[in-house]
Amino acid sequence: MNMTAANPAADQGVEAGPPPARPALSAWDDAVLAAALMSVDPVGTGGVALRALAGPVREQWLSLMRDLQPPEAPHRRIPLHVSDGRLLGGLDLAATLNAGRPIAERGLLVEADGGLVELAMAERISANTAARLTMAFDAGEVVLERDGLAMRTPSRFAVVALDEGVGEDEGLLNALLDRLAFHVDLTHIRIHEAIACDYDREDVAQARARLAGLSVDEEQLEALCGTALALGIPSLRASIFACRVACASAALEGRDQVEAEDLAVAARLVLAPRATQLPPSEEPPEEPPPPPEEPEDQEQNQSEEQQQEPQELEDSVLDAAKAAIPADLLSQLQLGTLRRSRSRATGKAGAVQNAPTRGRPAGVLRGELRSGLKLNVVETLRAAAPWQRLRREERARRGIESSRIEVRQDDFRITRFKHRSETTTIFMVDASGSSALHRLAEAKGAVELLLADCYVRRDQVALIAFRGKAAEVLLPPTRSLVRAKRTLAGLPGGGGTPLASGIDLGMMMADSIQRRGGTPILILMTDGRANVARDGTGGRARAFDEAKAAARAVRAQEMTALVIDTSPRPQQQGRELAAEMGARYLPLPHADASALNQVVRATAG
Amino acid sequence: MPIPFPFSAVVAQEEMKRSLLIAAVDPSIGGVLVFGDRGTGKSTAIRGLAALLPKMRAVDCTYQCDPEASDDALCEDCRAKRAAGRTLKSRQVPVPVVDLPLGATEDRVIGALDLERALTKGEKAFEPGLLARAHRGFLYIDEVNLLEDHLVDSLLDVAASGQNLVEREGLSVRHPARFVLVGSGNPEEGELRPQLQDRFGLSVEVKTPQDLPTRMKVVRLRDAFERDPQAFVEKWKRQDGKVRRQIQKARELLPNVEVPDATLERAGELCMKLGTDGLRGELTLIRAARGLAALQGDSEVLDSHLKEVATSALRHRLRRDPLDESGSTSRVERAVAELFGE
Repeated sequence: MNMTAANPAADQGVEAGPPPARPALSAWDDAVLAAALMSVDPVGTGGVALRALAGPVREQWLSLMRDLQPPEAPHRRIPLHVSDGRLLGGLDLAATLNAGRPIAERGLLVEADGGLVELAMAERISANTAARLTMAFDAGEVVLERDGLAMRTPSRFAVVALDEGVGEDEGLLNALLDRLAFHVDLTHIRIHEAIACDYDREDVAQARARLAGLSVDEEQLEALCGTALALGIPSLRASIFACRVACASAALEGRDQVEAEDLAVAARLVLAPRATQLPPSEEPPEEPPPPPEEPEDQEQNQSEEQQQEPQELEDSVLDAAKAAIPADLLSQLQLGTLRRSRSRATGKAGAVQNAPTRGRPAGVLRGELRSGLKLNVVETLRAAAPWQRLRREERARRGIESSRIEVRQDDFRITRFKHRSETTTIFMVDASGSSALHRLAEAKGAVELLLADCYVRRDQVALIAFRGKAAEVLLPPTRSLVRAKRTLAGLPGGGGTPLASGIDLGMMMADSIQRRGGTPILILMTDGRANVARDGTGGRARAFDEAKAAARAVRAQEMTALVIDTSPRPQQQGRELAAEMGARYLPLPHADASALNQVVRATAG
Repeated sequence: MPIPFPFSAVVAQEEMKRSLLIAAVDPSIGGVLVFGDRGTGKSTAIRGLAALLPKMRAVDCTYQCDPEASDDALCEDCRAKRAAGRTLKSRQVPVPVVDLPLGATEDRVIGALDLERALTKGEKAFEPGLLARAHRGFLYIDEVNLLEDHLVDSLLDVAASGQNLVEREGLSVRHPARFVLVGSGNPEEGELRPQLQDRFGLSVEVKTPQDLPTRMKVVRLRDAFERDPQAFVEKWKRQDGKVRRQIQKARELLPNVEVPDATLERAGELCMKLGTDGLRGELTLIRAARGLAALQGDSEVLDSHLKEVATSALRHRLRRDPLDESGSTSRVERAVAELFGE
């Protein structure tokens, strides 16, 4: 394989020692390699999560990738709001009425058997659509129980998920990410770097033929599993993918067995993008967290030299993975501040509410026609279709001759709509100074109380804390008690009061919630004594001016807000801040969780 | 249908395997809920169990009635036959394990007009749905927390009554539908409705194994299976057979397993200590312990059995206390430790 272009992305950052056989590879080369490897083993690797905005680079990658597929392999594109009928299959209404017997329509997932599925705008895909996809994925068949049809159709396909998310809190659902071996990010690749691909269809076809004879040996397996563990990758699918990708790499390079180089490819393409922690190294930059298990402990039954070798292999694999972790991510890992995939559990499709007439269509229900409901004509006809012959005969017995399609009350199908009007309560908590722990505990209590009945009300809760020099999202919008508890477990406190930064961050979050169609509610818990400005420098006057400016932005956006003054004696600053914000003001020096909860619920209406 | 991964080849996840086996021995346990991390073999274990369950005797009718069932647990045809004094002919059939896929429409779940016959012959006939097919077997719902609300409602109704009632335009059918609900899901994708959660007898939490040898074993077995499913299943056939015989033996033993008064008392104390709602928790705890005793070949329920199943039987029945930091699992474990003095 030849290098096409040198890229800064690969050699920036901390190179703990790149794999010996390869010089620094550009991100584009790796992206192309991922496309080729996926084409070699589409079912085994699941596919690619492609993070990039629509643009020439992505188009280039997609067209290269398509060129690598066998000519006969199907290629289907799934739009964001695909209906179940189209996705899984169902009754073909026109054909059924014509033929006078049930005729099934094939779904996209069945049509894609042996080929590729492209998911458009995958970052916004709903958890439900994703679940249908992953079920078909896992079972290797599409199970259909719809419209009076019951079918199981084997279908195996790979997925290319086009993730157009921007920023850390937008991205693919974890359930999907977990099932795709490659996570490719084209965001930082410039168009002149995205040139060519060194593989062609012929290479891929030959590699496919070679693949069956390849497998990783025990030592290599241990190296890959150990690396996954050392990088803090919980899901076992990652290790399985790493093995398959190593095999695919060997097949693509025309080898008859898997070499260290292939393991490095697997580590770079599969394991590195999933890393959540750094393994301890000889010269740690700042005490990285230790891995949960020391692999050596479990190897007592192996002889000395056997033990030595996999360790070396694992080290080189680990190095390859480390070298591929982007610099910014690496520094976050080193600081231990990274919380990966925190808000991606439900993607951009959290709670939605049923609404009679507006929002997105969300399935159909049998129902009566009342004012304000929308009749779904096609589904109604579909429901009426099987009865036509019966009804016609019945009519004929009564002496009525007519050939029109008869629709009765029972057939009416109503389109249900869902619209996102979920409320997200954002707590912005002042974690500065000595009383921080006390306030944090209250906020924690209130958050958990809110969460406890969250499921019923379909609301979400988020928590931002500000202290020291900056503000931080501690709990991204969530409805899950499990995650909330985990995150709330260790909250830091103390330091200065960067009030403006706190409000800014809250506003940013509120803004993104609003853009998604949600309703944010801001709850600011502070004593109002700002003393750190946005740029991190001290100074009460400037800090408070900035805080007021930030507060005005909240009012300008007409957001519902509540300021809770937590100082022992209510202060002028708090009141002033609330006025600027257009918020309710509430002095609550001894807030207890349940009182707080009541107030918040009253504000939320 | 693709070949399922053998149950006996599922590595670790003892609590999940134990709970599934208990449900297989005593269906009255009320189902199993498996919640946990991605990629921990939830669906794999359930599909694997389906493949090894011992066969059952069933009447040759639509609903595969139990020839020895009481009248009210029979379908209309069988009841009529029995009333007319005719014997119910039966044969050995595999236990049904029915998937309820997301995206299933209501007509397929509860049953509806037989499309084919209505369209081609103009006959009004009832075509049983998934609930009918799951009668006497398992109904498996993957991603149960994502199931549509209206489906959950009809499901709960049937699960509670053991009867499915369909009324539509001159079609009126009532048929027995007793099944073991098995649900799996990931709590990070949303909590499960409390009403549905309470329906499940046992609740299991699964976590990804964190030690290298176990992880390697999982990857190795999975890889071997993907390469040649047939050969792999063949290799594990004996192990699976062992599990099947264990279930069979346990079923025979179950009616004779004694529950001493002392054990009953302990179970009651434990539930009181944890403040579980209603008697359902206590009942399930005893039943699960009895099932486990039968599986282990013991003719008496001991404290050790209670201890082993307590978490699975009770963790989802605790009143949620948002201010208690510890999860419900550790609350149960704590109570067990206090009660049994460890």
